[in-house]
Amino acid sequence: MDLKELYQEIILDHGKNPRNLRKTENFNKDAKGHNPLCGDNVHIYLKLNENKKVEDISFEGHGCAISMASASIMTDLVKGKEETEVKEIVNDFLDMIKEKEELQNKILNEDEKTKLMCLSGVKQYPMRVKCATLSWHTLTSAIDDFQKIVNTEN
Amino acid sequence: MNIENIKKEFPIFDEKIQNNDLVYLDSANSSQKPRVVIDRIYDFYSKEFSNVGRSVHYLAVAATNLYENTRTSVQKYINAKDKNEIVFTKGATEAINLVANTFGQKYLEEGDEVLLTELEHHSNYVPWHFLRNSKKIKIEFAEINEAGEITIEAIKNKITNKTKIISVTHLSNVTGAILPIKEIVELAHSKNIPVLVDGCQGAPHLKLDMQELDCDFYAISGHKMYGPTGIGVLYAKKKWLDDLPPYQGGGGMINEVKKTGISYGELPNKYEAGTMATAQVIAFNESIKFMEKVGIENIEKHEKELLDYGLDILRKNNSIKIVGNPKNKGGVISFTIEGVHPHDIATILDEDGVAIRAGHHCCQILHEKLKLPATARASFGVYNTKDDIDQLSKSIENCKKIFNL
Repeated sequence: MDLKELYQEIILDHGKNPRNLRKTENFNKDAKGHNPLCGDNVHIYLKLNENKKVEDISFEGHGCAISMASASIMTDLVKGKEETEVKEIVNDFLDMIKEKEELQNKILNEDEKTKLMCLSGVKQYPMRVKCATLSWHTLTSAIDDFQKIVNTEN
Repeated sequence: MNIENIKKEFPIFDEKIQNNDLVYLDSANSSQKPRVVIDRIYDFYSKEFSNVGRSVHYLAVAATNLYENTRTSVQKYINAKDKNEIVFTKGATEAINLVANTFGQKYLEEGDEVLLTELEHHSNYVPWHFLRNSKKIKIEFAEINEAGEITIEAIKNKITNKTKIISVTHLSNVTGAILPIKEIVELAHSKNIPVLVDGCQGAPHLKLDMQELDCDFYAISGHKMYGPTGIGVLYAKKKWLDDLPPYQGGGGMINEVKKTGISYGELPNKYEAGTMATAQVIAFNESIKFMEKVGIENIEKHEKELLDYGLDILRKNNSIKIVGNPKNKGGVISFTIEGVHPHDIATILDEDGVAIRAGHHCCQILHEKLKLPATARASFGVYNTKDDIDQLSKSIENCKKIFNL
């Protein structure tokens, strides 16, 4: 195991200065995530426009460098994407953390993928995987609720 | 007391943990086991196994004697008046649940108050919370002072004529504060209020004398006393065990069972329903003997030295904040490092073989009060040395390096 692979500069940077750590005004979807074992909390706010595109995404919460960096990078990467694309990115990321070597999606460009792969160091630390995935699961929950609301309206 | 020799009695320290010597600073969570305890479990299962208290064959009688021997050892170790005041449970958690459940059933009514403290572990809060739901009781929390301790005044402030039981920790697993139990018991008894002491952190580190302490209930965790998991002890004054209803129903705890009714067994069987953790109880006797051999006074003195040494070193480090500063403190140092989350600290320390705990340590009420989502905690046992603390300090420096501090 290699701590340098876990705590890469980009992780430390996002962990220390998380992007989008705020509350979106006029958000129309949100969800809370909580890790009861360690007490980490995240609250994700989404603003989807009429075309189901992520107009804004932000988060509030506290946690370790890994969980803060993960939420920060995630919010950066999904901004401007369509809802279906966001879901694909989320699933791809979770698959990668769980088992796959590489990211498979064709939505993110190579630079973005490299950025996201910085989180793959966590695979060697099973106890820390949840830190990296909490915000992603929370984003899924926020989106799924949105769909439910859409379905109800339909 | 020669620590190097004592350390040799714990086989885990012969192991390399991820290629490192183990620096185990998580004894408040669970202690490591000496060879005598591990061997006793193996020997009992290999050569002596039988269930206890039921059959009349040779092995059953021998196993029953061994099982009861532990009860006598515990009684002597904590200076309880009567052997039957020792009830075996699966842990301190079950011991507290037993009291909350049976005492609650018989004595608590809507509007009654249970007094806890802000230092309590979840295991001394959640069982009482059940009664908040089922019986509409109220739970009050005595407040900590700035040093992270509970004073007798803090208890006094929260006692009302509705207070029906006081349930407090002996030693905080976060701030290390040792509570003035004797004074609390005297105060409570002057108002006819019984006292339960959560002794999870008290029993492994402090000399215990139930008759002197005079508390009504004392919960003990076996696995924090160099013993096996799955074993705990509830000490309760005999008057309570006679008076309270049984906790769980099953084999072994009955006197006579008929279609029309059931009468319950005498102590200690009344509270030990079903097949108990026999091997663990028998091996727990070896933990008690181990602690007696080392001597609790020596353990206390050794851990106090480690604590003073550790506090000295960590206080010199400007980026470290130590949580709480109790005058009377056990071998626990909870801390934070400015700019590094406790989980990151724990992962980085682990890389050097330094095992600490990070999180809220099952004390969310306290962490909320302290406005800290999590802390890192180093806690000591009899096998720790000053070298362990030096390594802790060195690994903390590594944390700061990795985080560019």
